[in-house]
Amino acid sequence: MSTSTVTKMRPWAATPRDRVMTATPVALAALATFIIVAATPMKGKLAYFWLFFLTWFLIDSLFIARKSGSKGVRDGLAAKLTLLGGLIVCMAVFSILWATISNGLKGLNLEFLTANMRNASLFDPIGNGGILHAIIGTLMLIAIAIIFSVPMGILTALYLTEIKGRAAGVIQFLVQAMSGVPSVVAGLFIYAAIILNTPLRSSAFLGGLALTILMVPTVTRTAQEVLNLVPSDLREAGLAMGATQWKTVALVVVPAARSGLITATILGVARIAGETAPLLFTVGVFDSYNFNPFKGDQGTIPTVVWRGLLGGTPESIQRAWSAILVLLVVVLIMFVLARTLGTKGSKK
Amino acid sequence: MSIDAPVKVTPEARKITTKPRVSDQIFRGIVTAFSFSALLILSMIAIFLLIQGFTTFKEQGIGFITNFEWTVVIDENGVETANFGLQAMLLGTLVISIIALFFAVPLSVLTALFLTFYAPERIKRILVTIIDLMAAFPSILYGLWGFFVLMLMAEYWAKLIHKWLGWIYIFDVPDPIYTRSPFIAGLVLAIMIIPIVTSVSREVFSQTPLDRIQAAYALGATKWGMIRAVVLPFGAGGVVGGSMLGLGRAFGETVAVFSVLNIVFRSNFQILFTQGGNVASMIIQKWGEAAPSEVGALMAAGLVLFILTLMVNFLANYIVTKTVKSGR
Repeated sequence: MSTSTVTKMRPWAATPRDRVMTATPVALAALATFIIVAATPMKGKLAYFWLFFLTWFLIDSLFIARKSGSKGVRDGLAAKLTLLGGLIVCMAVFSILWATISNGLKGLNLEFLTANMRNASLFDPIGNGGILHAIIGTLMLIAIAIIFSVPMGILTALYLTEIKGRAAGVIQFLVQAMSGVPSVVAGLFIYAAIILNTPLRSSAFLGGLALTILMVPTVTRTAQEVLNLVPSDLREAGLAMGATQWKTVALVVVPAARSGLITATILGVARIAGETAPLLFTVGVFDSYNFNPFKGDQGTIPTVVWRGLLGGTPESIQRAWSAILVLLVVVLIMFVLARTLGTKGSKK
Repeated sequence: MSIDAPVKVTPEARKITTKPRVSDQIFRGIVTAFSFSALLILSMIAIFLLIQGFTTFKEQGIGFITNFEWTVVIDENGVETANFGLQAMLLGTLVISIIALFFAVPLSVLTALFLTFYAPERIKRILVTIIDLMAAFPSILYGLWGFFVLMLMAEYWAKLIHKWLGWIYIFDVPDPIYTRSPFIAGLVLAIMIIPIVTSVSREVFSQTPLDRIQAAYALGATKWGMIRAVVLPFGAGGVVGGSMLGLGRAFGETVAVFSVLNIVFRSNFQILFTQGGNVASMIIQKWGEAAPSEVGALMAAGLVLFILTLMVNFLANYIVTKTVKSGR
């Protein structure tokens, strides 16, 4: 008896012929693009991009039409269009990153990171004065916003996931609505409620309050998602051991979701770190160190960028780019932190 | 010999109650109290802005919404005549938001389809990270980029559009100035709202029932045929909801719009021309030199903006939760 060996077959995999049929139109399109760009007055990177896609659409459609008819052509066009959509989004992001890095690096030096602007103006040559005061101010604002919004956000999330009270539906709805509050309204509100009614004047504290309004929804929603991921076995085990709900939540549920809750905080901070509009109403602008969060205007990175942009001279705009680069690096670091913590938490 | 029969002691049955312990009651009380902070904050925003803007509402009446003049004139006797009308700004907000949706929605739907059905796992993960990152960019960064990078390109595109489509009223311009136009502001906003529209659409698309997808394939549909027959009808509500969330974001955007838009108090539908409006950035623009009476008017404008975004958001969330059953 001969035993028949079954050879592994992958009928869905691309055959060499298929690969050639896919690659040839790409090559042809690239060639045609170069010829068209060389022969006509069109120029620039974007012209290459669009022409390549156009010619690729056409040539590949011809190839597919021979093989699979008009349905295949439509299928192929849809696939290419979705790819085009993804590429355009990527291009926008890389353009933003590239512009920030290439423009920002020019004005970045040690002085810029370690000095303040007390003895320098925005219009001075680069190398005079820095934004350390603004970095400190932004950190102070973030700290104040964390102090208020993290308990608020996490407790709201606990209400939605653990207690599931009668008002849960309404609260959920309101939190979602709150995430759409325009930042300028948050600033106006703090101005209307506190600065116009109490002796408190613009300070880091009030700015932190305004940012809290913007941060709470982000923290709540992320925390809620994380708490929902905690298996209900853990909760039931805790309750079955005779623990009260309070002990179960404090000793089982929250520790199980700890890294996720940290992620929620970091995402909230990333959301507010660059907010500018509310700060113009509640924090003001200042050119030197101010270590008192309750009194006096405060310098912040977003307002430095804002003034640099409005200043309009090459030096002030250079300062704006460099300051936004610093801010972007901070946001990027937090983003990566949130990502790594988030994936670590979900793997457990 | 007698042994005392053991006395049977029946322990009294423990009372079974559903009443939580004191510690739990305190815990529940605190958590419930904090959970109402969202309600508290939202209502306080409305109340305080209403108090501060009340005189403006009373003096201007419905004209606050329908007039398009924003002037404070003090004559020689020191009598102040104020005209506050938001119409131009409200229309301007609508115009740039619609432009933003016009570009952002197709791009986002395409990207979401690419992510859900076409992209290989590796590329998908990278692209999702990029889009999440986009959502974390500060809005002033978009403003800076829009002003210095996008404006140069968009000015060229605007000239092209004007050259070929200039015979249509909205693409016509009174003077050949193409910078700082609603068109460019709309483009910047479009890029800002792409992440939110994409992520909502992606979530809805990924919840398409697998059996329907497989049924479509079994009937011989191509991938595009399957998407058109199954995914798009299923996800339409989510796309609409996501777009409205984006619209809410576009309504309230301040700094980025202020950087790239030339704010003029005039109704302007010629989107390529260098004048437009946006309630949020108007507030910022007028704030610096605001007279005391004007502060109240700006508060009132803030309240109008707040209510507008709140309504759009409510509606959007309603649609999204209705479509995505798992509840976003």
